[in-house]
Amino acid sequence: MVTQVTSFSRNGMSDWIVQRVSAYILATYTVLLVGIMLLQGDISHADWQALFSQTWMQIMTLLTILATCAHAWIGMWTIGTDYIREHYFGAGADGVRLIYQVGCVLLLAVYVLWTVKILWGNG
Amino acid sequence: MQNDHRPINVNPSDLLAFAWPLAALASITHRISGVILFIGIAFALYALDMSLASEEGFESLKGMMNSPLGMFVTWGLLSALAYHFVAGIKHLVMDYGYAETLEGSKFASKIAILFSAVLIFLAGIWVIQG
Repeated sequence: MVTQVTSFSRNGMSDWIVQRVSAYILATYTVLLVGIMLLQGDISHADWQALFSQTWMQIMTLLTILATCAHAWIGMWTIGTDYIREHYFGAGADGVRLIYQVGCVLLLAVYVLWTVKILWGNG
Repeated sequence: MQNDHRPINVNPSDLLAFAWPLAALASITHRISGVILFIGIAFALYALDMSLASEEGFESLKGMMNSPLGMFVTWGLLSALAYHFVAGIKHLVMDYGYAETLEGSKFASKIAILFSAVLIFLAGIWVIQG
């Protein structure tokens, strides 16, 4: 039996848009953070802490890790369905892929919770 | 018309037998760098946690990042980021209809590799300087 699974959300257009929107967010944050580090030069612990205690920086950081979840999930999902197939993994391929996908989701969940803890838990 | 010789499954042992045009190399590298970043976020969050937790944490992170292993990991992750970023920008540019011909996409792949090579080189200098 072949199930048609050509995209994560069963809608390639939606996957495509989510991948683009998250990419713009990730690119913006990358440029922002690299820019700050290059312009500041030698950053002290106090500067660094002050930066991450700003509300806009906290929001940008959380938004970026959420964008990472969407972006990485679509990417890792695609890789999983491309390579974890019966031809390579035998009859258990579906099970292996499920474990792989659960692993990806759990790791992303850890990233989000860890980010929240870093931003608001260290106080 | 059915072509029964279409390759449906590719074995890893076949990979070396393929021709690897530049666009194919650029594409698989985009994928590999994405996986590296997916795992690499753990290192980035570990570093962010340490750097914000305390003055001592900040200083010992600096020490770790200036060790040979720390420099290698930092440079490796920055390189994956640089490549994934540039190759991603290429996709975003192509979304607007640029470089969609065969020649155009070859040229875009070359530009992307050149740009990321420069960024990876600069990241290396930045890491060594501490």
